[in-house]
Amino acid sequence: MNIHEYQAKALFEQYGVPVPQGAAAKSADEFATALDSLPDGPTMVKSQIHAGGRGKGTFTNGYKGGVKFCPTKAEALSVAGEMIDNTLVTIQTGPAGRKVQTVYFTVACDIKKEYYLAILLDRSTSWPVIVASTEGGVEIEKVAEETPEKITKVFVDPAYGLADFQIRELIFSLELNKLEAKNAAKLIRKLYNCFWETDAAMIEVNPLITTPDDNVLALDAKVSFDSNALFRHPEIVALRDLNEEDPKEIEASKYDLAYIALDGNIACLVNGAGLAMSTMDIIKHYGGSPANFLDVGGGATKEKVIAAFKIILGDANVKGIFVNIFGGIMDCNVIAEGIVDAVKEVGLELPLVVRLEGNNVAAGKQTLADSGLPIVSGESMADAAQKIVNLVA
Amino acid sequence: MSILISPDTKIMVQGITGAFGGKHAGLSIDYGTQVVAGVTPGKGGQTFEHGDVKVPIFNTVAEAAAATGASVSTIFVPPPFAADAILECVDAKIDLAVAITEGIPVKDMIRVKRAMEGSKTRLLGPNCPGVVTPGEGPDSSGGCRIGIAPGYIHKKGHVGVVSRSGTLTYEAVYQLTVKDIGQSTCVGIGGDPVNGTSHLDIIKLFNEDPETHGIILIGEIGGNAEVEAARWIKDNCTKPVAGFIAGATAPPGRRMGHAGAIVGGAEDTAEAKIKVFRECGIEVAETPSDMADALLRSAKAKGIELS
Repeated sequence: MNIHEYQAKALFEQYGVPVPQGAAAKSADEFATALDSLPDGPTMVKSQIHAGGRGKGTFTNGYKGGVKFCPTKAEALSVAGEMIDNTLVTIQTGPAGRKVQTVYFTVACDIKKEYYLAILLDRSTSWPVIVASTEGGVEIEKVAEETPEKITKVFVDPAYGLADFQIRELIFSLELNKLEAKNAAKLIRKLYNCFWETDAAMIEVNPLITTPDDNVLALDAKVSFDSNALFRHPEIVALRDLNEEDPKEIEASKYDLAYIALDGNIACLVNGAGLAMSTMDIIKHYGGSPANFLDVGGGATKEKVIAAFKIILGDANVKGIFVNIFGGIMDCNVIAEGIVDAVKEVGLELPLVVRLEGNNVAAGKQTLADSGLPIVSGESMADAAQKIVNLVA
Repeated sequence: MSILISPDTKIMVQGITGAFGGKHAGLSIDYGTQVVAGVTPGKGGQTFEHGDVKVPIFNTVAEAAAATGASVSTIFVPPPFAADAILECVDAKIDLAVAITEGIPVKDMIRVKRAMEGSKTRLLGPNCPGVVTPGEGPDSSGGCRIGIAPGYIHKKGHVGVVSRSGTLTYEAVYQLTVKDIGQSTCVGIGGDPVNGTSHLDIIKLFNEDPETHGIILIGEIGGNAEVEAARWIKDNCTKPVAGFIAGATAPPGRRMGHAGAIVGGAEDTAEAKIKVFRECGIEVAETPSDMADALLRSAKAKGIELS
């Protein structure tokens, strides 16, 4: 689960991680109050959406820049008016963009130098890793590729936690002066506590900055949480912003379906995450383009199949449907009945190819054949994928 | 032979009184697996009944192991309590803990994995379909089925299958069985970022197992476990190996932020993993429908009989 920058910074403050003073506003009515809480002088105005590349983004009304520096609060007020309720398109949002529903004002700090700092899981060791670099405020992938020696990683032993010597190692790699080093050490310790105690999946601070008076601040904050651990963090769940999520994905989660919208035109309905991923792959392999990832899970009931059909048909781009079920324990006939009921209920007009395999498959195929519906049967994954690709072509 | 488990293996089920655990304990009993104990704290002394079979329930893993000689545990405990259930197996010095539970917090698994270092217990999973060593009876019954895989799709034989994904494992197994090619053992290692046993651990066991003549290695995008296994295969494994990587079309935007790309390294995309597979002499299945055929191609090239 992702949260907004302003929420992440509030969380940082709870853990004692210094951030520039700021205030969020959810409508134009709240701008004045928010700005009144900040000192006079240069102010940053930052669009709050769950996507990167905001600064270089463009609004659909032509206004350029989702993050702006303003010399005065008066100017910040007018810039915020351009952003709120408008749709921002960045390299990460896709062409549809995201509507800005919150604007965050912060004091524009004097920056001496920008750094990079992140904490996440290292999969090869299964330990948390802290990543730091002297190259902040830029794309870290580029730094990793071009100058990997400028990236320092320390791996934190979960049995003992973050050790002082490891913090020193990070600090030395950042080539800080004495006061900066002292401040950065405190910040890293507190940021790690925040990561560990909130079950964060990743914390990324880009940039982390030093100021002319040797303070160290998190100028940006990107935080995501392990969704498996949300049951023990009601305070984090409260930060969820449904406006930032695809309505179809929210609807799917109500039925315990894993759904991710994509930009193709062949909808997929599959059981199992691995099979669902490879169903997308095989569509692509035969020249088609998947419209979604959809895993109905192991215990797919008739109700779930009907809900899944409604969700995939809610995507206007869909030109055909591919149902791929390997019913191991699950009865293929139950799935077949669900498909028939769903098709009757939603009145399907698009081509539908079904590949059923596994438990009680003969009865399942018979149910589909007896339904009188124009359902095309696929013999194998490859056969079914080719059929649906040809039908939508 | 087989790896990890054999038809003689005695297993216990943690969470046998839950609907899911109970259902699959019953299916394992039907398959001919020796389900000798259940564990549900507070229900010790009760019995799990399936047909004519009565399985005693214990309060703790240690009690269950001492009373029945069970050396393997299957864990169906709900996510908030699953890490504790695994640690209980470690404490009781169980040989193998198979965690079926999906949705265990990553932090819990980070701690469990650290706590298991140097312990006697091997962990399979979590979020895995389990492990099957097919038997000689009809529909491969008489074997050892631990977890949630459909037993009947298997056939006793000489191919080892290892995968992160349940349904893709079934897909591969089924392709083999309809071609009349049997399996030695089929292992699901689980789809979570932090898991117990890796692809490489299982590949090493298959390599040492004289009854395993060929291997299907099924992976996914993310992490570098498949690449690690492939490099080891290149240097150490003479058996034919077929590989498949799922997720070539998964949208990169759904990956974890930017920092994941650094730590994961450049080798966690499907494209990169497939390239390494080819470099390491692994026959790549072009589509998931091609897994069994890919292994047949590899076996033929090496002159090895699979059935």
